[in-house]
Amino acid sequence: MQTSPYIAEQTSVSIIMLKVLAALVPAIAAYVWLFGPAILVTLTLASITALALEAAAVRLRGWPIKPFLLDGSALVTAWLLALSLPPIAPWWLIVLGTFFAIIVAKHLYGGLGNNLFNPAMVGYAVLIISFPVQMTQWSAPLSLAGAHLDLWQAAQYIFTHTLPDGISLDAISSATPLDTLRTQLQLEHTVREITQLPIFGSIGGSGSEIVVLLFLLGGIYLWLARIITWHIPVAFMAGLWLTGGLFHITDPDRYISPWFHLATGGVMLGAFFIATDPVTGATTPRGKLIFGAGIGVLTYLIRTVGGYPDGVAFAVLLMNIAVPLIDAYTQPKVYGHKKKDAET
Amino acid sequence: MSQYRDILYNGLWKQNPGVVQLLGLCPLLGISNSVVNAVGLGLATTLVMTFSNGAISAIRNLVSHEIRIPVFILVIAALVTVIDMAMNAFVHPLYLVLGIFVPLIVTNCIVLARTDAFAAKNPLLPSMLDGFAMGIGLTLVITALGALREVVGKGTLFSGLDLAFGPAAQAFVIHVTPTDYKGFLLAILPPGAFFGLGLLIALRNWWDLRAQRAAAHPVTITAPHSA
Repeated sequence: MQTSPYIAEQTSVSIIMLKVLAALVPAIAAYVWLFGPAILVTLTLASITALALEAAAVRLRGWPIKPFLLDGSALVTAWLLALSLPPIAPWWLIVLGTFFAIIVAKHLYGGLGNNLFNPAMVGYAVLIISFPVQMTQWSAPLSLAGAHLDLWQAAQYIFTHTLPDGISLDAISSATPLDTLRTQLQLEHTVREITQLPIFGSIGGSGSEIVVLLFLLGGIYLWLARIITWHIPVAFMAGLWLTGGLFHITDPDRYISPWFHLATGGVMLGAFFIATDPVTGATTPRGKLIFGAGIGVLTYLIRTVGGYPDGVAFAVLLMNIAVPLIDAYTQPKVYGHKKKDAET
Repeated sequence: MSQYRDILYNGLWKQNPGVVQLLGLCPLLGISNSVVNAVGLGLATTLVMTFSNGAISAIRNLVSHEIRIPVFILVIAALVTVIDMAMNAFVHPLYLVLGIFVPLIVTNCIVLARTDAFAAKNPLLPSMLDGFAMGIGLTLVITALGALREVVGKGTLFSGLDLAFGPAAQAFVIHVTPTDYKGFLLAILPPGAFFGLGLLIALRNWWDLRAQRAAAHPVTITAPHSA
């Protein structure tokens, strides 16, 4: 309940974007602490590329450059994409993904506010379809890695693909928990055996579950700051958890606990930072619930019966397609109108 | 003579089936993953279009208006069967690669569209030229798209030439990119066809818009101008 005077706080796009970036910072700090500083190189490269491409696109369209760069939306896209990619991915992978995100998914569709598909997820989907090898070489958690790269060595690896003498790629990289689960299940191991492997933590992945927890906390900050509403994240997680739980009950040896699904991969990042994109997500409250739940169910299905280790990106893109339909069917009635004639 | 020039101009540029009319998109998107496939299917379609336009123009006064579509389709289907068998006999490996897309020329809407829109109302020679021009127009677009997708996706040009001309033709395959280029798989996959076609359409529209602006402001381009 609010009381007068109803003076709305002036919230500009750049303030929102700044808060979104701030909400990501704790998780990034944990990422550096647990997986090494390579992610900082990836983030910087993605940011610079995104800003350069945004400036080029805005200039080509004959718009003023400065306000569009300062609105921060390109930076948010770059960070979300970089956080979805393996930190030790080669530089051209990051540049190409950013190009598809900013130029193809955003500006070819008309720029911020007109894009149908989440730019960061388009960039990710293009890369995972085209370069599955590079996209599945993740940094190993430092506690499990045979060798550590410092910032300079990480940058050298990303840009020139050379490692310092005596360090092999196997020593610094590992499969993600989701990847491991998938391959081990194909080898007919049970979930109980698989989760004994060192890459698994207490709920999700070793180390990565802390990053995921900080994404969750960052997301809760965004909700408290009223930048996002609770509908999409809660519906997303509920959809994933309920579907996962249903499978888990039927056969706990083959289907891992739904909590594991919540704590791994891109779920927390996706639920709070990606699916809540105001441009490409549903806008009505009921629509947001349908949109989020759809992403959750699809994510689970793609992870479990689909061909890719993580399904968040494809789930978000698929539900992006459904957004106009969802919004049309969940349009709230205008006060005083009856039933279906709300539009006139 | 100017009539024939108009027909050619329409087919190749102004009414280009690939990037203006957007007819016949199914083979255009489906088979444009390499230059050889694209040219093969494009020329097969051109042959079908030339002769179906000719045949239908010849019988146009004998077919009553109400049943013209089934009759046209029958004529087209007969011609496609001929092409299908000929390709099976003479370029068998290419025929295997193109697969279902050769018989599917029957359902290609650009073929029926030209017979109904042009051949059913015009004499024999202009009709055949129209079918030929439209077919070549489609072939050009599908080849450009095929080249684009092949270079980006595989780093080569004319790969699979041996399918049409025997193993000796393998020497003609051009490697455009350095040998360690692994290829950008998306370009070969169906989404790449949509991205590529979108870019080609944009390129053509941009070209037209520029020409219009140049015509409207022969000396300098000043204020934004609604085209």
